[in-house]
Amino acid sequence: MTSGVDELLLRSLTPSVLGILVRRGADFAAAEDAVQDALVEAVRVWPADPPRDPKGWLVTVAWRRFLDAARADTARRRREDLVDEEPAPGPVPAVDDTLQLYFLCAHPSLTPSSAVALTLRAVGGLTTRQIAQAYLVPEATMAQRISRAKRTVSGVRFDQPGDVATVLRVLYLVFNEGYSGDVDLAAEAIRLTRQLAAAIDHPEVAGLLALMLLHHARRAARTAPDGSLIPLAEQDRRRWDTTSIAEGVAILQAALARDQLGEFQAQAAIAALHADAPTAEETDWVQIVEWYDELTRLIDSPVVRLNRAVAVGQADGPRAGLAALAALDDSLPRHAAVAAYLHERDGNLATAARLYAEAAQKAPNLAERDHLTRQAARLNTRRCH
Amino acid sequence: MAKYLLLKHYRGAPAAVNDVPMDQWTPEEISAHIQYMNDFAARLEGTGEFVDGQALAPEGMWVRYDGEGRPPVTDGPFAETKDLIAGWMVIDVDSQERAVELAGELSAAPGAGGKPIHEWLEVRPFLTAPPTITE
Repeated sequence: MTSGVDELLLRSLTPSVLGILVRRGADFAAAEDAVQDALVEAVRVWPADPPRDPKGWLVTVAWRRFLDAARADTARRRREDLVDEEPAPGPVPAVDDTLQLYFLCAHPSLTPSSAVALTLRAVGGLTTRQIAQAYLVPEATMAQRISRAKRTVSGVRFDQPGDVATVLRVLYLVFNEGYSGDVDLAAEAIRLTRQLAAAIDHPEVAGLLALMLLHHARRAARTAPDGSLIPLAEQDRRRWDTTSIAEGVAILQAALARDQLGEFQAQAAIAALHADAPTAEETDWVQIVEWYDELTRLIDSPVVRLNRAVAVGQADGPRAGLAALAALDDSLPRHAAVAAYLHERDGNLATAARLYAEAAQKAPNLAERDHLTRQAARLNTRRCH
Repeated sequence: MAKYLLLKHYRGAPAAVNDVPMDQWTPEEISAHIQYMNDFAARLEGTGEFVDGQALAPEGMWVRYDGEGRPPVTDGPFAETKDLIAGWMVIDVDSQERAVELAGELSAAPGAGGKPIHEWLEVRPFLTAPPTITE
């Protein structure tokens, strides 16, 4: 979408407009197409002729598009018994509709990649082209993925209650994809989670929002001008976004006060402890280990245990960290990288260099690979010269 | 215009002139190398000759069909496989001379000691659709 239109306002209206069409009896797939058409039309028309009631405008245009499409469809099938008159745009339970849309787009019958694509389009109001660019796939591929997803959920009743946990997993996936192309997926995930938090009062929704805000706050400090990764301990903490941190901490504290701990609140608590430390040396690693223990009770995943080993290494020394690591399968992603780090801190530079090089071979992305290769190089050149 | 694949190998290419493994370079030499590669791709985007560039993980597996109703057979990774592709760049250029010129520049990326690696890159033309006018 182009300048001249408040794109975020436009996109924030998407779910409620779509919800209204579905409530009026439009089927989800056709309604979704009609809303996309209306968004495109808004971008074209609004700069010269801004509406007084943006949402009412979108509902009217989208409904007309839906009727046009339905009539064309009807004519084609030689049937003429479909919807005709336009119902008055009366008061609508917009918040409830928004929530239902989140549930539908994260429906358990969808694969994660389909749920992500459908959420970004139907709830986020992004175009297929933008989503395709963000995930580096051809636009035609993304269009297919979205229309298949819509077919998959076409039989799901719109007012069926859903599971918040599935929605949170989808939003977490979007956030973790980070930034590529002209769409900032991390910022978009925060916007969608914020919108969800306004629609439902749930401590884990708040927990995920806090987690995102706390990580997003460090973004500017995470990469050097040349694109290389800067690890947490070496980041310039003055470049952290204190507004975002303060908001994340406040949201987290309110959530924790309700005493219904979940994995996202626990992860946010760890992120908050990092955000709280004025320098890396002042990090409260003992408390961080306690939160990892909590997290292990909630979700006992090998990845959590690996991160816990790092924290133990900081709290109780590298030997303790290596002991915690020894209990884990060494084929785990990033196992070699953690081992390298702990060995370096323990003074075994030759072992550390070998493990960093091994970790680079197994790195899941280029930025990490380059970072790990640099770590190996740093130790190798230091030992030689 | 014709498309060419510039292939970079982990293994299987003849030895480069400046053949030192990357983890033996200094961190600054690694940064200089990455910068050179990024600049190269950015420049080709600027000239309208860049199509795609990707890097591959060194470890993968071999897979084959194993008959009706059976899951595919997987095998490997094989440490002894002679040829191992590290990544590629696809360019769309006016001539083979231009493809060779660009591959030469890419091969000049700095390595150990800040000196060009002189790495061997494989340059392979794409097989394209037949032309409309054939006679």
